[in-house]
Amino acid sequence: MNKTKARVRINKLFRFLFQFSGLLCISILLGIFGMLCYNTIAFFTKISPIDFITATQWAPSSGGDTSTYGLLPLLVSTLLVTSGSMVLAIPLGIGTALFMSEYAGAGMKQWLKPTIEMLAAIPSVVIGFVGITIVSPLISALFGLPNGLNALNGSVLLAIMALPTIITISEDAIHAVPQSLKEASLGLGATYWQTLRGVVLPAAAPGIIAAVMLGMGRAIGETMTVLMATGNTLAFPKGFFDSIRTITATIAIEMGEVPYQTTHYYALFAIAFVLFIITMLVNILAEHIANRIRQFQ
Amino acid sequence: MKPTASRQESPAPYLWLLAGTLLVCLFLFNILFFIFYRGFPALSFDFLIQYPTEGMTQGGILPAIVGTVLLTLMTAVVALPFGIGCAIYLNEYAQDTWLTRSIRAAIRNLAGVPSIIFGLFGLALFVQGLQFGTSLLSAGLTLGLLSLPYLITTTEEALKTVPNAMREGALALGATQFETIRDIVLPQAIPGIATGTILSLSRAAGETAPILFTGAAFFITDVPRNPKEEFMALPYHLYMLSTQHQSIELVRPFAYGTAAVLITLVFLLNLTAIIIRKRYRTHHQ
Repeated sequence: MNKTKARVRINKLFRFLFQFSGLLCISILLGIFGMLCYNTIAFFTKISPIDFITATQWAPSSGGDTSTYGLLPLLVSTLLVTSGSMVLAIPLGIGTALFMSEYAGAGMKQWLKPTIEMLAAIPSVVIGFVGITIVSPLISALFGLPNGLNALNGSVLLAIMALPTIITISEDAIHAVPQSLKEASLGLGATYWQTLRGVVLPAAAPGIIAAVMLGMGRAIGETMTVLMATGNTLAFPKGFFDSIRTITATIAIEMGEVPYQTTHYYALFAIAFVLFIITMLVNILAEHIANRIRQFQ
Repeated sequence: MKPTASRQESPAPYLWLLAGTLLVCLFLFNILFFIFYRGFPALSFDFLIQYPTEGMTQGGILPAIVGTVLLTLMTAVVALPFGIGCAIYLNEYAQDTWLTRSIRAAIRNLAGVPSIIFGLFGLALFVQGLQFGTSLLSAGLTLGLLSLPYLITTTEEALKTVPNAMREGALALGATQFETIRDIVLPQAIPGIATGTILSLSRAAGETAPILFTGAAFFITDVPRNPKEEFMALPYHLYMLSTQHQSIELVRPFAYGTAAVLITLVFLLNLTAIIIRKRYRTHHQ
């Protein structure tokens, strides 16, 4: 009898422990959000939000009154390098997904899938290193620049990093298009390519858009590659050949040296908060789009 | 009737898509070939087992290798109990309530949080808040949190593959729900959980941004002896050697060597995961 009681008690205890682990996930997300909010508010008690959003310079200087904390150059840099990476990664990613799903035979797929997985497994610091050692000399030779550490370099690297996400999720979406739709189109006399372009791609569009957005979310939040390969010049970016400094790179460079609980310290949390909100919105939107196809099917 | 010209299947789309796909593959092979080709001269047994000397221009990367291994173990210790616990809760206990839905939403959103923000959270909570300082402990906790979403998702997938009939059989024989999970569900799901665990740890081992301000050091004279010490790590070492060192050109061979060792480590972990997954599948068929 006692033994049964003990078993029931253990059962209850573990149920509680498992539930606690689940609650921990919520508290981590809330903790991150709260930590960013708290420090951002501390920042806004010293610098007005309007200055933060409108100033066109990020020039923190330790101690003096001359510091400016302008979000714009960092935000524009992040958006510039991300949009560049998407221009490269979207056609290549969707094309590869289409090929893997609709053209590649079983034998070829067996090789392609692990290749994409391996590309995804390469640590971002190695991609950044490749940016310094391969992409940078290539860019400077191709465009006659003194060095190749610029926004274009960052875009190429981020495209490589976003590709596995875009390919894997788009391929799932394309693969999920019902065979009957394809057969109907082919039966009406369309060629295979016309069927893919006119029927399969539109039917898979929501999934593909979700894939692109998830890839973009990854690119926006990526730190090491842009930190190593874009030159990190603090100026308002004018084009892809300019050296830029993204939000992530700024946090990585300055957080290590900034004294605890200074305006500069809080400023870095404020830009992190902006980054957090952007990636969160991109991910929620992607999920929303993906959910709509699930209902549709 | 002959088909009109526009209806004829042109080989162009196939060739274009093939070219794109090959280009993507080429990225991977180029990166791998280049790193190993340039890294090969630096690689030797001494490189793996010696301490760096003469300002990193001589010697090896032993403390960085040991640091990364210790850090990954620390990450596993932090992430495994909570990750597996959360997956068990979601798959075995949870009904479709608002609480469960919020846990799932939190996990999905955590997966999208940039790694540098995890670094800031680790700095604010573990390094400064809990006074762990910049240490193996703080960095391991930070990477543990970062690994949770992926670990939970893969573990839940593994738990889902266990047939319900097995659970019902155990429960009908009088086992409590915990005993069912411990003796029936978990042993069945272990290969899947192991695969997911190894993959999430291989990701954590390659992360740099979260350990920048939570404990990684450029140079220490010894491997860490306790969790409150700072440590060297392969990804951080590669970052410092390739961008922050005084004589970058002089240490470039060492940077290639470090990159080659890091990639080898990550791929070995991935390969282990793939082998486990394959064996398990053939075993089941």
